[in-house]
Amino acid sequence: MAEAQVNDFDTKQFIIFRLGEERFGIDSLKITTIDRMKTITRVPKTPEFIKGVINLRGDIIPVMDLRAKFNLPPVEETEETRIIILKLEEISIGVIVDQVLQTIQLSGEDIENTSSLINSAAAEYISGIGKVGGEIVTLINFEKLVKL
Amino acid sequence: MDMSQYLQIFIEEANEHVQNLNQCLLQMEKDPEDKDVLNEIFRVAHTLKGMAGTMGYTKMTKLTHDMENVLHAIRNDEIKVTSELVDVLFKCLDALENYVNSVVSTGGEGDREYKDVIATLNAILQNKGAAAAPAVNKAPVPAAAEASEKYVTALVDLDEFEQNAVNKAIDMGMNALKITIVLNKGCLLKSARAFILFQTLERYGEIIKSQPVVQDIEDEKFEFEFTVVVVSKEDEQHFSKELNSIAEVDEVIIRPMGRFNNGVAVEAEKLEKVETEVRSADSAESHAAKETETQEAAKQNGNNAARKTQRTVRVDIDRLDVLMNLVGELIITKTRLEGTDITEKPQEYHETLEYLERITTNLNDAVMKVRMVPIETVFNRFPRMIRDIAKDLGKEIELVMSGEETELDRTVIDEIGDPLIHLLRNSCDHGLESTEKRKQLGKPEHGKINLTAYQSGNNVIIEVGDDGAGINIDKIKAKAIENGIVTREAANSMSQQEAIELLFRPSFSTAEKITGLSGRGVGLDVVKTKIEQLGGTVEVETASGRGSKFLIKLPLTLAIYQALLVNVGSEKYAIPLGSIYQIYEWKAEDVKSVQGQEVILLRNMVVPITRLADSLEVPDSHTKTQNKLKIVIVRKGEKLTGLVVDSVIGQQEIVIKSLGKLLTGIKYLAGATILGDGNVALIIDVNSIT
Repeated sequence: MAEAQVNDFDTKQFIIFRLGEERFGIDSLKITTIDRMKTITRVPKTPEFIKGVINLRGDIIPVMDLRAKFNLPPVEETEETRIIILKLEEISIGVIVDQVLQTIQLSGEDIENTSSLINSAAAEYISGIGKVGGEIVTLINFEKLVKL
Repeated sequence: MDMSQYLQIFIEEANEHVQNLNQCLLQMEKDPEDKDVLNEIFRVAHTLKGMAGTMGYTKMTKLTHDMENVLHAIRNDEIKVTSELVDVLFKCLDALENYVNSVVSTGGEGDREYKDVIATLNAILQNKGAAAAPAVNKAPVPAAAEASEKYVTALVDLDEFEQNAVNKAIDMGMNALKITIVLNKGCLLKSARAFILFQTLERYGEIIKSQPVVQDIEDEKFEFEFTVVVVSKEDEQHFSKELNSIAEVDEVIIRPMGRFNNGVAVEAEKLEKVETEVRSADSAESHAAKETETQEAAKQNGNNAARKTQRTVRVDIDRLDVLMNLVGELIITKTRLEGTDITEKPQEYHETLEYLERITTNLNDAVMKVRMVPIETVFNRFPRMIRDIAKDLGKEIELVMSGEETELDRTVIDEIGDPLIHLLRNSCDHGLESTEKRKQLGKPEHGKINLTAYQSGNNVIIEVGDDGAGINIDKIKAKAIENGIVTREAANSMSQQEAIELLFRPSFSTAEKITGLSGRGVGLDVVKTKIEQLGGTVEVETASGRGSKFLIKLPLTLAIYQALLVNVGSEKYAIPLGSIYQIYEWKAEDVKSVQGQEVILLRNMVVPITRLADSLEVPDSHTKTQNKLKIVIVRKGEKLTGLVVDSVIGQQEIVIKSLGKLLTGIKYLAGATILGDGNVALIIDVNSIT
């Protein structure tokens, strides 16, 4: 994302979730709902990171395995595992995360456009790094992420 | 005031009138002497003219006006109804239809003027002397003279502020005019017409006062006249000319006003010089002036109007009431359920649940009914089409329709038109013999095409039949051999039904010559594909010398299917019941292999089989180790294919849902559905599976 746009962030609310040891943030305005794990129906002939589809109150929603997308090793599902349902323009999609932690407020100066520093499979989907107290969270650009 | 609110009314009414005109013209062609039909046509043309004029659609007004002239001449027996004349009127109808369509899509009538049609109309009028006996001097000019009764200009009371405004204007050398405008009694959208008049007035001056007040005029709370006080640089002649050039204005009375002194008006000396001008509402010379005038108004309408009207369904109010009642019941039952303790009163709890189930079923039916549209909306255009085709082919064809009231889902209705047109054309061109040949064969000269719709169980059947020559099986076979579709041996052993199936192959045509209608080989395969997309089937019945009949079987609704649920490994899949032929249990050792393809021999037919577990990459299937295979035989086009599943769960009604934008176009899948336990099952697209 262009620098100008990053600095345009006024104060925004982010939902922080955990994937392995790393912490990530999503703009809360894009989140429809956060759900517990439910039965996922596998869909054949789709990329590996598409876990399948779920029934969300009568709608069929595809679910993405973020671990697979970021080349992280798979883990057992736990009590903490959640599906975050996002609405990105016209597409609804669920992403599986290890744990949802908290909501935070970030203003433009709390966010650094340092995606080039990160050297991982996730790098190209990162819109910035947010600083919360002493810790950092990686902010994900999901629009880019779902472009299959 | 905004014209867009009238646009919807205009479109709806115009469509009805155009449809009516269509039917009347067909009737006229059958019975040229029928005066009632003629009068009806005249009435429709006149109404359309009025409506178009009101909305400022000048080209449409011109066309209907010229139509009216011709019709008027027919009424006066100056012109005889000939088939050429009806053709021209049909062309007018097409033009009008195009105008209306243009209004629907763009909000304006478009640029086409149909000069050729208008020229033909006028030529007919010119030649009427030749056609009718002695030249009658009764020019078909609408009798406008009757509207010449005088209207007394209403007294307008101006308050002090308004008087001052008038005085000031006069001091500045401007004219203050009191204008009374009388609208035509036949004016359909009075307030819209008044709106255009106000626009014109405001273009040249300032309206100080209006009586009745603007709000009332907008709400149509006025008779046929209203009075305004205008101050303007222009004089009364100018206003008289401008206002009179607007359609449906019967009379414009303009009086100049003098200065006010302490509330008493000193009318100008030229008080007696009352500018009255009666105009024939549509006299030809005013067209030029009107053209520029109202075109602007039309453009503005276009800008204001919604660019595209929405796709809608007209719903019978009774059906909505049923829906409302059911929702009411639903809420009551929910409340009852909340108040019932399952441990204390299990009996009551279960009763309520059962009731709830009944309501949801009814609710489902009611919602489905709301989506249903009578097939009449599609059938309506066919009589005209068949008439044109018959003319083109030089055949005499009679179309008999029945069951127009049969209802189908809106989505099906939208899609079914084209396939039906194909089949009807096919019947006209290939099915029916030429008139001479029919005479030779001793058949009635009129070829007959039957178009019938009826409901049968959960399906709607549409039949397209003709009493022509029937399908020539040998010709099909010969053609198929010639095109290399089948070998001679295969063709000889083909049954009649199998040979007919060849017709539905892509680019198959037996017509010797290519006509505008058929023979290009696009047709029946497209029909079949389309119908299958809609979840239906096409069958053909034929009898040599007696005709052929195409049977289209369509599901009542697209959203709900009957499906067979099967297990593949631990996963559940749904197979549409309509495509299932049979279900077999087969010994694993009886599965043969032909060039790497697994096949079974079903009643001497070689049927290829597909292991769904392989196609769908299901990891935990046991079909490889089972010694008995469950095989679901499905129809894939004309062929049969066996699908190997782990086990069959049973038949169930399913609601089809899309997999969403992200997962479109996945091979083998037609969508998904939600099962009773809330989980998702995928629906198999039988046609794409390999």
